[in-house]
Order: sequence, then C-alpha cells, then structure tokens
Amino acid sequence: MKNIAILIFPALFLFAFGLAPDANEILKKVEENMSSKNRVFESEMVIHGRRGKRTITARTYSVGDKQSFTEYLSPAREAGTKMLKLENQLWIYSPATDRTIQISGHLLRQSVMGSDLSYEDMMDDRKLTEVYSAKTIGEEVLDGRKTYVLELTAKVDDAAYNRRKMWVDAERYVPLREDLFAKGGQLLKRTILSNVQQIEGRWFPLTIVFKDMLKDGGGTEFRMTKVQFNQDIPAYLFTKAALKQ
Amino acid sequence: MLAIKLAFKNIIGAGFRTFLNIAVLSFAFVVIIWHNGVIDGWNKQARRDTIEWEIGRGQLWHPTFDPLDFLSYQDAHAPLSETVQALVEEGQLTPILIAQASAFPQGRMQGVILKGIDPGQKILKIPSGLLEARNGQIPALIGSRMADDIRMKEGDQLLIRWRDKNGTFDALEVIIAGVFDCNVPTIDGGQIWLPLESLRQMLNMPGEATLLVAGENYTGGDAEPWVFRSQDYLLADLDLIIQSKKGGGAIIYGLLLVIALLAIFDTQVLSIFRRQKEIGTYIALGMTRWQVVGIFTVEGSVYSILAILLGALYGAPLLWYTAKVGWALPAASTDMGISIAERIYPVYGAGLIAATIVLVVLASTIVSFLPARKIARLNPTDALKGKIQ
Repeated sequence: MKNIAILIFPALFLFAFGLAPDANEILKKVEENMSSKNRVFESEMVIHGRRGKRTITARTYSVGDKQSFTEYLSPAREAGTKMLKLENQLWIYSPATDRTIQISGHLLRQSVMGSDLSYEDMMDDRKLTEVYSAKTIGEEVLDGRKTYVLELTAKVDDAAYNRRKMWVDAERYVPLREDLFAKGGQLLKRTILSNVQQIEGRWFPLTIVFKDMLKDGGGTEFRMTKVQFNQDIPAYLFTKAALKQ
Repeated sequence: MLAIKLAFKNIIGAGFRTFLNIAVLSFAFVVIIWHNGVIDGWNKQARRDTIEWEIGRGQLWHPTFDPLDFLSYQDAHAPLSETVQALVEEGQLTPILIAQASAFPQGRMQGVILKGIDPGQKILKIPSGLLEARNGQIPALIGSRMADDIRMKEGDQLLIRWRDKNGTFDALEVIIAGVFDCNVPTIDGGQIWLPLESLRQMLNMPGEATLLVAGENYTGGDAEPWVFRSQDYLLADLDLIIQSKKGGGAIIYGLLLVIALLAIFDTQVLSIFRRQKEIGTYIALGMTRWQVVGIFTVEGSVYSILAILLGALYGAPLLWYTAKVGWALPAASTDMGISIAERIYPVYGAGLIAATIVLVVLASTIVSFLPARKIARLNPTDALKGKIQ
C-alpha cells in the first residue's frame, strides 16, 4: 500500500503540473491579446474622487507600446488637451495656454487629470515577458471565471514594480485582475479588468478600474467605448507639430 | 555763533508752529531708526538661523545639484571619496542625501522631499539625535510647518512611497520621531528627515550623498567632484530679499520725512515773506546777504536738532522697549518661504543712529537753504521798508 502511494502521488502531481500551461506561455498569450500593431479607441475615464465623480472622454491612437496620441474631447475644461508619448518622452498641449510642455522628472509622478493613474504608469511600455519571470502559483475562480494566478518577479533591475500578481482568464487569456507590489511587499496598485469582448478575433477587456491602494477614493474607471485594431494611422500624428493642430 | 543764537531765539518765538514742525520731524526720525532696526534685526536673525540650521560654514554640492530644480535631484548624488569620508569622520562635514517621494497622510497623496542626515551630526542644529533607530521602525523628523500641513504629530505613522536608484517603487510606514520648530522654511516645508543610512538603503545608494554641509572647522574648498558653495553664495537670496524690504520701507519713511521737511520748507517761505524788515535791518547793520541766508538756514537746521532731542526723549525708551520685547509678526508671515522668526528683535546700531541723524540734519538744512536763497536777491532798502518783493 505504501509502495502504491509512493508511485501514485508523484504521478498525480506530474499530471496536474502537466495540465497547467507554463506561466511564461500564459504571459505570451496575454500579450498577444493585449498588444497589436496599432489601435484606435475612444474612451471614458470616470474618476471617483472624495467630492464625487467626473468623466473625461478621449480618443487615442497608438502604435505598439511606444507611440501614442490622445486628444481629450470632454468636459469643456479638458477638451482640446492633447498628449503625445514617443518612447520615453511625454508632451502635453493645453489649448487654454496654447503651450506644449514636456512632462519629465517629478511631474511624471503627478496624476493624469486627477485620476489614480500617474504619467509614469503610462510611460511603462516594456513587454511583461521582457521585464518579469512568471510563475503559476495557483488557480482561482474570479467573477465566475477560472483563472490562473501568476506571480511575476522582476528579472531586471529597473522594473517599476518588483512583483506583480496577475489573475489570467484560463480560457480567454486576458488578465482579469492585477496587483502591483512595492519592493518591500506593500500592495501599491490594483487593476480590475472586465467587460471582455471578442474584437477582430482577439479577446480584449473594455473596462479597467485602476486603484491606487495607498490613496483614499473609489479609483478610476477606464471604459473603452470603441476599439479598432490595425488601422491606417497617419504618421504625422506622432509628431509634436500635431499637438497644436 | 550769532546765527545759532538768533536761530534758537526766532524759532522758539514761533511757538506752536515750531512745536508742530519738530514733532513731525522727530516722529520721522524715530520711525526711520525703528524700521531700519527691525530690518537689521531680521537680517541678523535670519542669517544666524540659516547658518545654524541649514548651511553651516558652507556646503559642498554635487555638480548637478540645483536646489531650485527638483528635476536635478534624481541624478545629483555620488559616493563619498576616501578623503571626503575622512573629513566626515573628523566632523568637518556632514553628508545629506536628497530624494523625491510621495507621502500619504490621511489617504491623500502629497509630493515630499526625503532628506537623509546622520543622527550623530553636530554641525546643524536639526535635532537629528531623534533619528536614532527605534523598535525596528524608521524614525522621521518633520518641521512644524510640515506637521501642520500634513496634520501629523510625534508618534504618528506616515506612509511614504518612493522609487529607488533603478526606478523601482517601494513603500513603507515611518514613525514621526519628533517635530522641530525653526525659522528656516527651506528645511521644513514639504520635507521629511530620515536617518542617512536608512535612506541610502531605501534608495539603493550605499555611501552616497547629494551635498555635504561644512562645519566651523572645515578649511577646504572644492573636493572633487563636490563644488564648494560659500556662506555668501548660499545667503545671496536672503540678502536680496532683505535689500528689497529695506528699499520698500525707505519709500514709506521717505514719505514721512518729506511731509516733515515740507512743513519746514513752508515755515521758511513764510518767515522770509513776513520778516523782510528784519532781513533789511540785518543787512543795514552790516551783515552780508549770505550771512543773512546763513541765519535762516541755521534756523531750519535747528528744527532738526530740536526734533532729534525730542525724538531721543520719547524714542529712546520706546526703541529700547521694542528691542527688548521684540515685534510679533502675524502667524502667516512665517509661511512666506523665507527665514523669518515669529518675533523679530530690532537691532539699533550706533552707525544706524548716526546715519539717521546726519540724514535728518542734512535734509532739514537743504530744505531751509532753498527758500533762504531768495534773501540774496532782496533789495535792502525795499526790505527795510517792508515792501513785498
């Protein structure tokens, strides 16, 4: 009986281990879903502050992870504000002052339009597989969907977050939740992704809630109202000159 | 001598009018001394506090460090060379490491500057001894302005988040080990002081500093790659502010002085108009016209001398009292971003009093001389007859 147990338990363990896909494979599939050659989307950003909430709408054009151009459409106070990101540089054009300013240094730590997102969060554009080594640490059911729980540990010195924990939909390979941790282990930010839709053959979450866990408030809800992948985006949009047009 | 005797006799004879002139001029005299005394007192106190609390005998800056440019903080740090480290151990220098971070008091985010200082340093007056390690928690020291701003007190916990040298986020709670009260806002507002070694570990910058503060015994200048900034360089902004305050105050007491001098000028014009017979008599008795001009000019100067005497009579105890109890400033004044104590003790130097006496006497003499010049053009015969010219 003892001998049987010795043979069966490792076999069961190997069987179970063999069923769960490799964590790096999961991460690759997630990136295939989440990234594209380019994308054009319209979005609503709902910021839940201490004194209520406000909604900002915008249209964004992005090429890969390195270039993006956003024009804010409403409310009137923000309408016409444009943001251009090229590699690790970021500029903002304000129509009220007719000035373009580069966001750098400590300004990158400021929140984007009062949301829970900072400019530097937007600047982090490296692929997860380049920065982190992944490990599957379990499976959980999240909002009725089976998920693989991945633990991502930085394999480079200059990763913004030393550790991440990601819940990936086991069927659609889309992250449904992500926790970002400080080097010392403190939970810093939480992202909840939902309203996953199939668009042009890929699964994509249209609603993302960002929450800075160190701050009070209800977080920031980011809803994509219209998404198009692999469009013809004119190259001039990704120039500083386009900000003033 | 005759001119002075006559002048005294004449102006005392003018009675109440003379008293009014002297009273106004003496008031201007006392106000000038008081105002300059306050500015000098502020200057002295601000320089002393800034030296004791912030700049020491000078500072050695990392070449890219610019205190007014937060963007420079990220890269302005370097390890200490053996020579510099030896000076630190001798107590000639104390290193300070600076970094940007975010603090989360009461769940709101606020940008802060983290400053690491050696708890055992003796160069600056900051009570860094409170930063000795306690119960495994990192102690933090904040100024009273910062404490008011983030509503924290000794013993409270404050969550801070920062990025290390490589840009990786980290966060922890520090314990407020003490709240210090000082008049130098540049080491207080928006700043959190931490033990140097803790901050070096937090930022992954072992043995590094952004600047070094020199003590009294520091004799060197630049120490590669550190650039020496002297006291004069570091106090230049404060000097400019005080100069501009002095200039602004000069306009106010200048106006007061002008009013007093106008009164003397008017009195002189009236005297020359009404005392034509007297002027004619002086000339008839053998005085030259310029001697008569002299008598009238001295009369004006005597106003200033009497004003100084009157000013000394009530001003001396008043100024002595203000120097003793100081002048309390409104609470908001200490948040102006410049070194300013809650109470300023005016300093009345001998030079200040002498300069003010010279100013008042000279100005009165000039305004008395201007109308008296007319006497030189008077026809003595017509003057004797009292004919208006």
